[in-house]
Amino acid sequence: MEAPPSTTQDLSVPASQAPATATASVSPAGMPKTLLLIGGTSDIGRATALSFAEQGWRVLLAARNEAEAQRNADDIAARTPASVSVHRFDVLDTDGLTAFVEGLPALPDTAVCVVGELGDQSRAQGDLGHATMVMRTNFEGPALLLGILAERFVARGSGTIVGVSSVAGDRGRGSNYVYGAAKAGFTAFLSGLRNRLAPLGIHVVTVKPGFVRTRMTAGMKLPPLLTAEAAEVGRAIYAAAEAGRGDVIYVRRIWRLVMTVIGAIPERIFKRLRL
Amino acid sequence: MIELSGWGRYPRHRSTLVEPAGPSEWPRRMAAQRGSVARGNGRAYGDAAIGERITLSTRSLDRIRGFDRSTGRITVEAGVLLSDLLDVVVPQGFFPPVVPGTKFVSIGGMIASDIHGKNHHRDGGFGDHVESLTLALPSGETVACTRGDNRGLFAATVGGMGLTGTILDATFTLKAIETGWLRQTTHVASDLDAALAALRDTSNVTYTVAWIDCLARGASLGRSLVFAAEHATLADLEAMKPAGERFPSARLGRLSVPLDLPSFTLNRLSVSAFNELYFRMGARKAGAPFLVEWDPYFFPLDGVGSWNRIYGGRGFLQYQCVIPTGAARPVLGGILERVSRQGTASFLAVLKALGPSHGWLSFPMEGFTLTLDLPVSDDVFPLLDTFDALVVEAGGRLYLAKDARQSPETFAAGYPDLPRFRDLRREIGAEGRIASRLSTRLDI
Repeated sequence: MEAPPSTTQDLSVPASQAPATATASVSPAGMPKTLLLIGGTSDIGRATALSFAEQGWRVLLAARNEAEAQRNADDIAARTPASVSVHRFDVLDTDGLTAFVEGLPALPDTAVCVVGELGDQSRAQGDLGHATMVMRTNFEGPALLLGILAERFVARGSGTIVGVSSVAGDRGRGSNYVYGAAKAGFTAFLSGLRNRLAPLGIHVVTVKPGFVRTRMTAGMKLPPLLTAEAAEVGRAIYAAAEAGRGDVIYVRRIWRLVMTVIGAIPERIFKRLRL
Repeated sequence: MIELSGWGRYPRHRSTLVEPAGPSEWPRRMAAQRGSVARGNGRAYGDAAIGERITLSTRSLDRIRGFDRSTGRITVEAGVLLSDLLDVVVPQGFFPPVVPGTKFVSIGGMIASDIHGKNHHRDGGFGDHVESLTLALPSGETVACTRGDNRGLFAATVGGMGLTGTILDATFTLKAIETGWLRQTTHVASDLDAALAALRDTSNVTYTVAWIDCLARGASLGRSLVFAAEHATLADLEAMKPAGERFPSARLGRLSVPLDLPSFTLNRLSVSAFNELYFRMGARKAGAPFLVEWDPYFFPLDGVGSWNRIYGGRGFLQYQCVIPTGAARPVLGGILERVSRQGTASFLAVLKALGPSHGWLSFPMEGFTLTLDLPVSDDVFPLLDTFDALVVEAGGRLYLAKDARQSPETFAAGYPDLPRFRDLRREIGAEGRIASRLSTRLDI
């Protein structure tokens, strides 16, 4: 029972630490596969990273708040045999994105972006700075970063990209359209990326979690049937990324139905609804 | 504001429940509030984790911060549940040095109550195994406490019911186990003297506890089953259960109590279960060891979710006292006699030998501890007052993590370190700032 290097930036992971059962998590060279989790302090990010680590993946947690991300890295390293490291990253610092990717210890096999900021809709209506922050955090930064990674995956000839978007992007609603519009842009970006990269063997997944019980939604009244736990989202992301089949996934299937219904409401009626 | 209660569902008080996001947010919260106390998983039975005005939940402090698999040394945040920790460490061959009777407690709660287990007579309480802890003080300062640094704060915080500050994380060392099984031997004791003797005779065994049949009267007063157990070795497992899984995983809650049952149910169930075991064991002449999985062995009631509802809508009291060894026999006999006569009280009691403890408000002392469950009713309070008088006279005391009703006088009589605990609270500015319903009731 050896202590693995818990939170080091060290590339080498002794072969003995890779679980025997997790053959899918080992690359052809025999090294564990690497996950880049962008948004390493969020509850969904933590759960997703844990799902991959449990399957023997090495995890790179990227986050703005390194101390908070380190809590998650420590926790995952204690619970799994995985090696976990923290990498500072600011989604709004778009000039620094290329350097961030180049500074990673390895080009990841899979990149999952869970970065998101709900913001405050009423504030965003009058405060351009706030609206800009919401748009850039939910669309510009994540799209640019996944774009950079996509080019490198193409050059290598393999890779999986997962973007966590939102059902809020399926149709703009009065209560959160600044956030929703940014997520709609992100959804469209992922859709286009998938369309372009599918023939090249690069897998792109769009995840629409629906309501999730997290810090972001703490205090909100959420309908239980439509509300997933973070761990459920983490498992769904792992399954979609690894099965290689999921393209656009709603974590709880009922959301596909809900959003189909919402999408089908004629605009002349929709515009009068308080949503 | 929401209504909060402990596991006994008595008393209930309104309080504002706040959940700070992470360790970095606690100091600010601590400095900003008056009349607040931390709450982990709400498994203290009475009013210990209900803030006078505000109750601060530690549930976001749920990360394991470091685990050295070569030594078993582990650092966890205070809101990590014991059940979560067990799921992580048991499959890797480790076990906490001390566990209480339920795994649904937070690590912070285990330290604040200086909980004891079936091995207290040999290994001390959980607090005795804590090497260091990080404490958020009412001033907004955060300090590291060990037996060397800030030793007064450390001794006051272990068993201090959250009244010195909020424990943010703690470091302790797990013990290595060869299997996830316990090798248990059952002894049948025909009366109280035999039960006390059996506990004394098995004092070299790691885990011991006695179940007392409270219905037995006269010559059989205190008749008991005494359970003694050790962690099973790999050789034990191979010899006794060759097909057994080496580290069985936790059992999921199989049963749950969905609504409040009439309060006599558990008593009838438990006593008939006792009788059956008692006579079966007696018939088998007991003595023969057998293997039990760690989860049902240590946490038998956790298999029944919400078992606290079985005592009915008014809730229940768990009465737990400790009596110094020399005075134990007559006091325990006196309590058991009253219980068997009254009939409304618990039909089953737990008896256990304890060793000394080191927190200023820690419960254990060299002696015997008796635990009874009693549904809340109008006549239970005067009955318990008569028990208190016996306990105080014998130099014993009551367990704060269970208490919901003792008087400030009973409390002060049992805890000689109370004056210096109060002085320390004054010094660190905790007086008035950190206040639970329990601390107000007992004038701590």
